[in-house]
Amino acid sequence: MARTLINLPKTAKAGAVIEIKTLISHPMETGYRPGPEGRLVPRDIITEFVCRFEGEEVFRAELFPATSANPYLTFTTRAERSGTFTFTWTGDNGFSQTESAALTVT
Amino acid sequence: MRRALLGLLLLAVPASAEIAPGERRSGFDQMTPELRAMQTDEAANPGHLWVGDGEEAWAAAPPAGRPACAGCHGAIATMRGVAARYPAWDEATARPVDLQGRINLCRTRHQGADPLPVESRPLLALTAAVAAQSRGLPVAPPADPRLDPARAEGERLFTRRAGQLDLACAQCHDALWGRRLGASTIPQGHPNGYPLYRLEWQDLGSLQRRLRNCLTGMRAEPYPFGAPEYLALELHLMRRAQGLAIEAPAVRP
Repeated sequence: MARTLINLPKTAKAGAVIEIKTLISHPMETGYRPGPEGRLVPRDIITEFVCRFEGEEVFRAELFPATSANPYLTFTTRAERSGTFTFTWTGDNGFSQTESAALTVT
Repeated sequence: MRRALLGLLLLAVPASAEIAPGERRSGFDQMTPELRAMQTDEAANPGHLWVGDGEEAWAAAPPAGRPACAGCHGAIATMRGVAARYPAWDEATARPVDLQGRINLCRTRHQGADPLPVESRPLLALTAAVAAQSRGLPVAPPADPRLDPARAEGERLFTRRAGQLDLACAQCHDALWGRRLGASTIPQGHPNGYPLYRLEWQDLGSLQRRLRNCLTGMRAEPYPFGAPEYLALELHLMRRAQGLAIEAPAVRP
């Protein structure tokens, strides 16, 4: 399990725009770098990130070898009702991780 | 001709006097606003990924049935101030020891565990978690006279010319800080944010890793990890940075 840091407000007023910040620990090995023996280190990157709110997609990003290690993604969404955000990172070698965070709309 | 010119240029570098306490600036002050925001925002600073791992390791018991770090020390918050006063003197081995060294000594003496390999992720994580507790406190090197010989050695290494470029650390970091070397601003070279996340590394690294980078940059042969020269240099650097706030885990370009 990779460590993640997810930051969003716990509560928000209905209709307010909230900022969500996500950070995940991942080497993002490009596949273009030679290792100590001179052979290329195989590619190992996160290829996709999806944020859903109660099953409905609110943000999606495709990631490529040029993305730096420990990718940091930040985006905004409108808070309309209380519920749970799920964050899913998928990538090479069957990498898949899902985290969730709750939001209360007042 | 070019060689002679280069020689003249290097001779023209002013004699390095140490930076006065009032003139001391953390590398933080020379960074772009974006990078400063990245360091101060705990949700954006990748160093906190290591701090989280370290806090977990602090509470986890080693396999031998011995106490976890938390078993003797209590909550990790009790480590506040520790990073500000290291490297310190170790009575049993009668030599100076840095924070990573202290963590490994604790593991072998009290936890019956093997020392963690230098620059390994678990050791950096524990060090980052301990160092992060001291954030905001001023660097306060101990006045222990037994540290003085190593400190003097550190100063000698800092002011000695070395490598194929025949440069001393002090020529840039004491005498020419704030000027530019290519596209980058020369920092004063303070050790107040380690272990830190360096964007160039895309990784968290210790002061020793940074010093190895400096030595390679001077085209000098870097000392191996764990060499006493690094401890001597760290002792000198911490005295030279006295009063600056601890920033661990810092972010640097």
